[in-house]
Amino acid sequence: MAEEATTYNYKVVRQFAIMAIIWGIVGMSVGVFIAAQLAWPALNFDIPWLTFGRLRPLHTNAVIFAFGGSALFATSYYVVQRTCHTRLFAEGLATFTFWGWQIVILLAAITLPLGITESKEYAELEWPIDILIAVVWVSYAVVFFGTIAKRKTKHIYVANWFYGAFIITIAMLHIFNNLAIPVSLTKSYSLYAGAQDAMVQWWYGHNAVGFFLTAGFLGMMYYFVPKQAGKPVYSYRLSIVHFWALIFTYIWAGPHHLHYTALPDWTQSLGMVMSLILLAPSWGGMINGIMTLSGAWEKLRNDPVMRFMIVSLSFYGMSTFEGPMMAIKTVNALSHYTDWTIGHVHSGALGWVAMISMGSLYYMIPRLFNRELYSMKLVEVHFWTATIGVVLYISAMWVSGIMQGLMWRAVNPDGTLTYSFIESVAAMHPFYVVRVLGGALFLVGMIIMAINVFITISGAKAVDDAAIPEPAHAH
Amino acid sequence: MSALDFTSSFWHWFIIVCTLGGIFAMFFLNFWLAGNTGAKIDDEGNAEDTGHVWDDTLKEYNNPLPGWWLNLFYITLVFGLVYLTLYPGLGTFAGVLNWASACNKVGVAEDGKTVSLQCENDNSQYQVEMEAADSKYGPLYEQFKTQPIPEIIKNTEAVAMGKRLYLNYCTVCHGSDARGNRGYPNLRDNDWLYGGEPEKIQESIMNGRKANGMMAWKDTLGGDEVVNQVANYVLSLSGRKSDEAAAAVGKEKFSTVCFACHGADGKGNQMLGAPNLVDEIWLYGGDLESIKASIANGRAGVMPAHGNFLGEAKVHLVATYIYSLSNEATTTAAAQ
Repeated sequence: MAEEATTYNYKVVRQFAIMAIIWGIVGMSVGVFIAAQLAWPALNFDIPWLTFGRLRPLHTNAVIFAFGGSALFATSYYVVQRTCHTRLFAEGLATFTFWGWQIVILLAAITLPLGITESKEYAELEWPIDILIAVVWVSYAVVFFGTIAKRKTKHIYVANWFYGAFIITIAMLHIFNNLAIPVSLTKSYSLYAGAQDAMVQWWYGHNAVGFFLTAGFLGMMYYFVPKQAGKPVYSYRLSIVHFWALIFTYIWAGPHHLHYTALPDWTQSLGMVMSLILLAPSWGGMINGIMTLSGAWEKLRNDPVMRFMIVSLSFYGMSTFEGPMMAIKTVNALSHYTDWTIGHVHSGALGWVAMISMGSLYYMIPRLFNRELYSMKLVEVHFWTATIGVVLYISAMWVSGIMQGLMWRAVNPDGTLTYSFIESVAAMHPFYVVRVLGGALFLVGMIIMAINVFITISGAKAVDDAAIPEPAHAH
Repeated sequence: MSALDFTSSFWHWFIIVCTLGGIFAMFFLNFWLAGNTGAKIDDEGNAEDTGHVWDDTLKEYNNPLPGWWLNLFYITLVFGLVYLTLYPGLGTFAGVLNWASACNKVGVAEDGKTVSLQCENDNSQYQVEMEAADSKYGPLYEQFKTQPIPEIIKNTEAVAMGKRLYLNYCTVCHGSDARGNRGYPNLRDNDWLYGGEPEKIQESIMNGRKANGMMAWKDTLGGDEVVNQVANYVLSLSGRKSDEAAAAVGKEKFSTVCFACHGADGKGNQMLGAPNLVDEIWLYGGDLESIKASIANGRAGVMPAHGNFLGEAKVHLVATYIYSLSNEATTTAAAQ
């Protein structure tokens, strides 16, 4: 066997970390643009590839898979090495995952505006790109689990349970949802039909939320929150209960996207029941994160990085309360198809996913590049612009969504509808303007982060990979 | 719940075992880890850590599960079991309440060949709500059903009801002002494709209309040049500027082909839904290019039938409102 490595592989972590910031700006810019199109439709400019229908999937793919994905790759490669006290397994393959993933993103950025799509939400990319994703993902699994296998520590740290569950489940979801019969290089037809196709799609769709945007980021939380707080994780046994309950229950929750549709009643009931049961397992993660800070609350006042993390956990707790409520059929009858759903998704996506990523990146980048962060003041400014942005965004969507739902169901004394659809559209306009403002603030925060990071790393000093310390042998 | 959702009873049991097994496994997990650890508590009130250390500083306390959280978890699990007892969820088990969202059509084989669809559950939520609405709102509409439309338009409340129905069902095509759109007739201009008498309007809404005659005439007429000639003639019919030489040739073609529906004078035929071509009202545009396109490629406007879901009484009131638009003098007089 070759001589054992004495340093961690930080190169691939640095690459993914930088790309996370760049793709964050790209994805959020597209988001702000399409939000502006909804408020001022003339911004379509009558150019097909600039229309909402084509740019919306570009926005979702860019923020979820390009920004979120790069942040997950970066942090998981960092965390798995450091908590296993060993250099990455199969480093060539790790390099391949970086370039492969960037090619996937590039292909998405080209094909989606051209209107090439499987038209499955969050799984729009056509079959050749799907195959590339599958190859990259399996390579990712090999690198990750290979590193776990050669760990120097006896136990597998809790963050790695979540990263591992996320990697395995996403592979399964991606492959089964995208089974299709190709008819040309740019067109394929789903293997499933009708209500079954819808169910498979939302089994995938909700678990893109549950595993990509939740389990993966909980992995992030379990490493970076205790590290930044300098405190032990609150409860080991809580992490066991909520981990197993979370990964078991999430996989059932998809049917709540299809309440009151052609989906059989029994499937809808199971989806609703499991979504409600999901409340406690989700809050287990929030408790474990926030309570880790117990005894060090003063950090919330003077450490903006810590504040990113704790506020993200608060948004996580809030959206995982809101989600089960919205999955109740009677609530869903009001909320479904309204902006409330969009607000819910963004309280999770901006408040939880993006803010925990930002906190983790602020922790990681100085260590990856071995120098101090250029300005803590700018982190502080970023934190406030982001927080105000999220609050504006989600409160605008709450008001607009509930108003829509109530307008659509309002009935005259003779049983006819009180409002025509266009009246509800007109009523939404002011809230759409507020949403643009909220989104723009969030984007400005991301740009401030990019400037801060760019100045930090553009120093001329060469950077070495960190040395691998001896694992502690308490037991 | 329909047994037809499943290809075999295996899936029925598969669902039950996974669902209940999962819920009970979560109960067990909670019971197991909720017990007192007997761990020592440190100065900050935390139970002692597990003794594992990663990456120099990462440790874990082994604090007990928070009681309020544990109770929340139990409540949702119990709620799940109760819900699945009351409502469909466990495979083909219909639930104690025998609830269903909609009438579940089940195929019943007769004589081994034909299959007739029957409602498995006639107290589904959809049916119950629809019946309640019908018995509540139905009489409001029924009272006008037998009155002649020219009489009802004097009743402002009835016209207002018709207008609300119109706003619910008709605006997507005909516009909220009823002035139509390209391809969708203006209902205010007293120009009628199929007739503006109350009975004709009602018939159009009840059964729908389908324009059959305006097929693609390019080949039959003999190519683009002839289409151009006929189009110029059509333009000249309403006294508009046209190429006179072409129109003269076009007139001959018109009187051998087009006259059959549109009439020798071009004034159309409401029996066939053939538009009047001399009145300067254009459904698909009145410029030369649009007229050429109409002749060359045909037009196939469809008004869908609304009788099957609105019912005669509501259609009667929609027709009343539309009739009132062309007879606003009468309606306004009645209002005053």
